[in-house]
Amino acid sequence: MKYAIGIDLGTTHSALSYLALDSEKGRGAHQAVLPVPQLTAPGTVEARQLLPSFLYLAAASEFPRGSLALPWRDDNQQVVGELARSHGAKVPTRLVSSAKSWLCHPTVDHRAAILPWQAPADVTKVSPVEATARYLEHLRAAWDKELGAKAKLSAQEVVVTVPASFDAAARDLTLEAAKQAGLPRVTLLEEPQAALYAWLEAMGEGWRKQLKPGDVLLVVDVGGGTSDFSLIGVTDTGGELSLERLAVGDHILLGGDNMDLALAFSLAEQFKAQGKALDAWQLASLTQGCRAAKEALYQDAGLKKAPITVPGRGSSLVGGSLKTELDREDLERILTDGFFPRVAVSELPAQARRSGLAQVGLPYAQDAGVTRHLAAFLSRQAASLGLGGGFARPTAVLFNGGVFKAAPLKARVLEVLNGWLSTAGAPAARELEGADLDLAVARGAAYYGWVKAGHGIRIRGGTARAYYVGVEAAAMAVPGYTPPVKALCVAPFGMEEGTQADVPPQEFGLVVGEPTRFRFFSSSTRRDDKVGDCLEDAEASGDLEELPPTEATLPGKGGALVPVNLQAAVTELGALELRCLERNGEGRWKLELNVRTE
Amino acid sequence: MSFFARLKLALSILFGGPAPQAPALPAAAAPPAPSPSPEPPRPTPEAQHASALFVLGLLQREGRLLDFLQEDIAGFADADVGAAARVVHEGCRKVVARYLPVTPVVKDAEGATVQVPKGFDANRFRLTGNVTGEGPWSGALKHHGWVATKVELPEVPTSVDLKVLAPAEVEIP
Repeated sequence: MKYAIGIDLGTTHSALSYLALDSEKGRGAHQAVLPVPQLTAPGTVEARQLLPSFLYLAAASEFPRGSLALPWRDDNQQVVGELARSHGAKVPTRLVSSAKSWLCHPTVDHRAAILPWQAPADVTKVSPVEATARYLEHLRAAWDKELGAKAKLSAQEVVVTVPASFDAAARDLTLEAAKQAGLPRVTLLEEPQAALYAWLEAMGEGWRKQLKPGDVLLVVDVGGGTSDFSLIGVTDTGGELSLERLAVGDHILLGGDNMDLALAFSLAEQFKAQGKALDAWQLASLTQGCRAAKEALYQDAGLKKAPITVPGRGSSLVGGSLKTELDREDLERILTDGFFPRVAVSELPAQARRSGLAQVGLPYAQDAGVTRHLAAFLSRQAASLGLGGGFARPTAVLFNGGVFKAAPLKARVLEVLNGWLSTAGAPAARELEGADLDLAVARGAAYYGWVKAGHGIRIRGGTARAYYVGVEAAAMAVPGYTPPVKALCVAPFGMEEGTQADVPPQEFGLVVGEPTRFRFFSSSTRRDDKVGDCLEDAEASGDLEELPPTEATLPGKGGALVPVNLQAAVTELGALELRCLERNGEGRWKLELNVRTE
Repeated sequence: MSFFARLKLALSILFGGPAPQAPALPAAAAPPAPSPSPEPPRPTPEAQHASALFVLGLLQREGRLLDFLQEDIAGFADADVGAAARVVHEGCRKVVARYLPVTPVVKDAEGATVQVPKGFDANRFRLTGNVTGEGPWSGALKHHGWVATKVELPEVPTSVDLKVLAPAEVEIP
């Protein structure tokens, strides 16, 4: 049996959807979602459609012996899923969460055992790559248990989704985690594209009536922990509609969880004013209460307020509970206006001034205004796309992510966007309706597997960034002066999968046989740089971002400087590879974008 | 100076002079070994009614049912009892919906006149009042009854002591 399999590897939830390749049935709304057996309590294994992306590193004697066993593993000590999330809330020092955000952290070593962040010494920590591998491994085991008799997952083509904002290094690490999890045949797909594929699938051939040449589609994806924007263009190629991903936004650590927490903090302040301080556990349960109250208020526009009870942690339920209410006014002030403010398109997200000594942690967005981030994205991309006129003007919007189950939030985004468009004299953008907000990404990924097998329509895109390698300029040593690092373009914007590019011959020397470091840069806006173009000062250039530093000792005679040519390739899997080929020689070195070897 | 800054850039323009010696990298620290596991007591589930204990444990975990039942509520105001009831209602309702979804036996509204046929299923109907003859009967629906449409309990665990419906929680500061 051959399947098209899609895995949504989310910051807070993962899911697997699939369809049999040789069958027309099972597509669309019938497309199957794998029930994932997971621990929901010690000793209790239940199958759920979503696997919470949490890893709990249990102490040896913490739970009754054998109570963490899974159908495929008896001696389990690492809990993935529902129990990890619910119990981990009470034992944060043993809980790994948001591994995906750590995977694209700009400074930490992604292969070092650093999670849970700041865990005590006796906890055997894991690396961001390992944690990601655990989630994939769990899904693989769940698949093999359910369908392994027909087809092992390791032998199938699997599509795993990543944020569009993931750079080449983070994509590489995701592929590495998949290999560790026993999934060697993984292709990556950007989440907003997956959401669009799910929509295309849901529409069938009807999508051709809903999109026309010249349309610019904005995908707004606000998940549990991250916000992601993409622009996709619709063009007419020889009478056929074709789709092309034009631009992706930055990685913004801001999502639905922030919103529920913001509501909870505001209500916790009211309790504090009454002299009742909440502990961490109560705050967590208040957050859940806020989520339910929020959903009730957004669902029913007639409701003025929704009651919330925060149970005490002790056995006294009636005596220990605190009660409060979430007012519609507060909800709109904190959430609708706080996270989706009505702003001008020229307004940029606030950047908090960093103090001299900053704690290393996840680089959460400093500005909670999703609409401000959207304004910045559209403005930044306008010039780069050659659209002029201040900001890129979408003609249609596709929403994705659980946050947009709240219809008023979709309406607010459209209202703000259409305000910008109307001020600029452009026609209003319309909403593309009809995708499942929870499972669209997994479904779309599986559908993409089917598309790859030669059916349906494919979104073209290539790399969403241009990549540069840092090259040291030849300069005489001057004390106190560091020569600028040149950025040499090795992979242009929009490089397609399965293609390679040779850097025009230049006099490069590669240091081999001793530890050295590589510096890589990327840009999401420099579309016109060609392979071999050189920017004189990478650090002074405002539109280059540096990737995590990489160090390696390339095999060779100690300290030798080998003349090389550079070559970049984007693999079929969507990973970027850089190679150094020895000039007039046999030497070949692959430069990993994300390696720290001893 | 950062660790990286001490390393030389790997790629440099040729003829820029020989690369200076870079310091050796420290070896990675070995991960700490897991501590040996002590023997926890062997669980002794009450085999025959294991699933009853299990469901009670579920209702406590999700809906704090035991806390509610075991609390002396005589001294509390109705508003306080009501607020706590919301917790129980929400949690226990979720358990019922997920594991033992139920539906009324009779779809008619309570108070409506319904027909009970001759040879009816005595599991599904209970006749009250003036019960005579062999039917069919016509009467007022007093309670529409409940019937479980599915029994979807997870496998009852064998690795835990089911008599413990909620463990004591001790928070280490």
